[in-house]
Amino acid sequence: MDFVTDKLALIGNRGKGIRSDCHITLELTEKDGIQLELISKVEAMYGEAIRKLIHDILAFYDIQHARVLVEDSGALSPVMAARMEAAIRQLTGSEKEYLLPMLAENLYGTARDRNRFSRLYLPGNTPSLMINAGIHKPDGIILDLEDAVAPAKKYEARFLVRNALRNIDFYSAERMVRINQVPAGLADLDFLVPHNVNLVLVPKCESADQLRQVNEKINQLKSRNNVDRTIWLMPIIESALGVLKALEIAQSENVVAIAIGLEDYTADLGTRRTQEGTESFFARSMVVNACKAAGIQAIDSVFSDVADMEALKETVIRSKALGFDGMGCIHPRQIRVIHENYAPDAAEIEKAMKIVNAFIQASAKGLGVVSLGTKMIDPPVVKRAQKLIDLAVTMGKLSADWHDEFLNL
Amino acid sequence: MSKYDKLTTNAVGRTVPQVVNGKDAIPFMGVGKFKPTGRKYGPLITSCADFPDDGNKVVPSLKEALVRAGIADGMTISTHHHFRNGDLVGNQIFDAAAELGIKNLTWMPSASFECHAPMIKYLENGVIHHIEGSMNGALGKFTSEGNMAGLGVLRSHGGRYQAIQDGDVHIDIAVIAAPTADCFGNATGDRGPAACGLLGFALADSQYADKVVVVTDNLVPFPCVPWQIQGNYVDFVVVMDRIGIPEKIISGTTEITKSPDRLLLAEMTAQFCSETGIVHDGFSFQAGAGGTALSIGIYFAEMLRKQGMKARFARGGSNKYLVKMLEEGLVDFILDGQTFDLEGVRSMRENPGHLNTSPFTSYNYHGKGNFAQFVDVVILGATEVDVNFNANVVTHSDGYLLHGIGGWMNCLLSKCVILPIPLFRDRMPVIRDEVTTICGPGELIDVIVTERGIAINPLRTDLIEKMKGSSLPIKTIHELKAEAEKICGKPNKARLTDEVVAVIKWVDGTVIDSVFRVDK
Repeated sequence: MDFVTDKLALIGNRGKGIRSDCHITLELTEKDGIQLELISKVEAMYGEAIRKLIHDILAFYDIQHARVLVEDSGALSPVMAARMEAAIRQLTGSEKEYLLPMLAENLYGTARDRNRFSRLYLPGNTPSLMINAGIHKPDGIILDLEDAVAPAKKYEARFLVRNALRNIDFYSAERMVRINQVPAGLADLDFLVPHNVNLVLVPKCESADQLRQVNEKINQLKSRNNVDRTIWLMPIIESALGVLKALEIAQSENVVAIAIGLEDYTADLGTRRTQEGTESFFARSMVVNACKAAGIQAIDSVFSDVADMEALKETVIRSKALGFDGMGCIHPRQIRVIHENYAPDAAEIEKAMKIVNAFIQASAKGLGVVSLGTKMIDPPVVKRAQKLIDLAVTMGKLSADWHDEFLNL
Repeated sequence: MSKYDKLTTNAVGRTVPQVVNGKDAIPFMGVGKFKPTGRKYGPLITSCADFPDDGNKVVPSLKEALVRAGIADGMTISTHHHFRNGDLVGNQIFDAAAELGIKNLTWMPSASFECHAPMIKYLENGVIHHIEGSMNGALGKFTSEGNMAGLGVLRSHGGRYQAIQDGDVHIDIAVIAAPTADCFGNATGDRGPAACGLLGFALADSQYADKVVVVTDNLVPFPCVPWQIQGNYVDFVVVMDRIGIPEKIISGTTEITKSPDRLLLAEMTAQFCSETGIVHDGFSFQAGAGGTALSIGIYFAEMLRKQGMKARFARGGSNKYLVKMLEEGLVDFILDGQTFDLEGVRSMRENPGHLNTSPFTSYNYHGKGNFAQFVDVVILGATEVDVNFNANVVTHSDGYLLHGIGGWMNCLLSKCVILPIPLFRDRMPVIRDEVTTICGPGELIDVIVTERGIAINPLRTDLIEKMKGSSLPIKTIHELKAEAEKICGKPNKARLTDEVVAVIKWVDGTVIDSVFRVDK
């Protein structure tokens, strides 16, 4: 297709290796109506549906004259709509949002203290990695608007991430988005808050004030859009200053966990990341202690060698021993190793069974005080043990009728 | 001669011709229903008096061999795909035929690859009339757009043996590319610069063709052992500098997949086989060449190792993963139909437990049984499946013919057929109301494994029963289809004309479906 001027919007991805995406070239013209050229690998099956969608979106923005070239590598409708909307809004400056109906399945919330063993990073401008992310059953998915998106693509990625939150089913994973660094990242929130994001990751966090700004912007958007549900925050500490401010960050409102980012942290220290992690021991311990003091979860840095499952396993075991509750992952294959090794081990399960059993026995006898041997057990300990048992059962490490089996031992 | 005639509806409701390239064809009647009578095809009687006393059948060039074999207009010339995309011989046969001014040949490859795209010019200029074999990639597109003079005929590996043996196809000249041969024509594939493993696909041709030409780039003094192809069947031997490109002989799909989605499919499939008891001590399996299927082998190996069991035999395509299982003692035998990598070739050469099979032993439906029938489980791919479990392996949802059948159809006769396939590829749902082309009737396809759920054929009440209470997501095929369409949208059917461009032969030689010209 020939374009008349050089005032073109170029949005999306095309070329070899690109899948489940599309690229839009849009030019607004004065006459000749809508000229649409579609090059699609799914033309035979979805050509009509694609043309209709493009025309609908143009009509939504009252555009009567335009040249549009759609190069499609099998984009789903929400992906194509995000690309088209970004192209139109880039040229027109319109603030109107073209939204497809939100999936009913995507309206769930998440509990403050839910498990966050694994959270799978998904680059915010790569739809092919988003579509099947949920089937690998991570505890959370992170649609990443920050480091995984090239500066030139940041604009269009917001539309894609918004539509992913609305229209891609992540199968009950916690729906997280990493925004850009505050203050620039505050603008990302417009695309997230009205669309049931469960948790916002705040990168390179160095103060409670940054989180105050994020909460303030979220609250504005919530009241403007009638959103009731709390949106959790997970700041990421990635600098020496951040480490030293860990406690005030951990105690900030709506913060449910702190993650540590060791690539930037070690760069900040002027050192290098090693397998043993001596250089980050202080920072990791500091984050863990701040989190535990504030009653929230501590989340470890990602492990970057996606082929080495043995080394990942060792890292997870060390991380758990330090007090971390979970870690990020950059490949779905890491999820299982992370789950299995953060999950309660045999000794922990054994101890929890004894405690819960003592509680059951005491309740049966109408006793208010639970004791195990000569030791008194406080209610929070019972509660924690019960939680651990429930977790072991859901993870298949313990049978649901474990108590009968326990009594028969 | 018209390409086809007398359209009718066959037992699976498909429109098929009863005359194909001027010859009668029988519509598919149902699995196991068509039982021909009579005797097999008889090859020509020959006399040693007509062959050199010293056993030396070497002639100076391929062209001269073709001339001495009596190449003429309208003949059928066969080739084989054991060099896969690294074949350097196939195109040269038709270059020579073109130079000789020959027209209207039928080319009968056991499979075609992208490297055979140059054949298009001979299909256009009349040197080749049509292809009986497979039409992959560019050849498939050419056929689908209605450009071939005759009607394409697609057969399975077993169906090819059956067609030759039954005389459905008469081969005038078979050209067998052989990695090692002697001057008498004994030939083997397990050694030489273009080593590919075995030459089983060429067995029928050597037995039944009027003339047989062996082409090699590694002539050894008599005797060439093992003689996978016996020189007593061979008319001429041609020596060339190079018959194949070794790195391309190794096909691209023989690495296990790194795709997390496909690994998940493989894992779910393996777990299904474990929970249903299909994986047991002494079981047998066959997995195709695709990355997903290969990964399932890895999971099987893990299970066997953990539980101290072993498989009795695995059917190849062999590859390094299967060889590792053999060498580790996790499987007693590999019954190999083709070798996909050099480890497979080495193992076949060195390990007595790595056996050389052919479409005759493994797949031929007009035999006294075949090996594929009693394999416990086969793992195969498909481009589409429909709600009646019918499956397609040759055309895509846009109607284009892109793949051959290979041994796929023959494997359907095994005890359990599992197709692990993504629920949708990009935006293309795999489960349709009706497949574009039926290559496998639904009654033979037992389980569809997708990343979002597993559908068991309602006919397999035994498997359904065994999976009750499983942690795997068991769903109906209709539920899976609805799930895909919710994500992708409801797809239109391929835009096809009513003009037949190729037919799909079932394992017994009957026509199970037609491929129609796409409407551009």
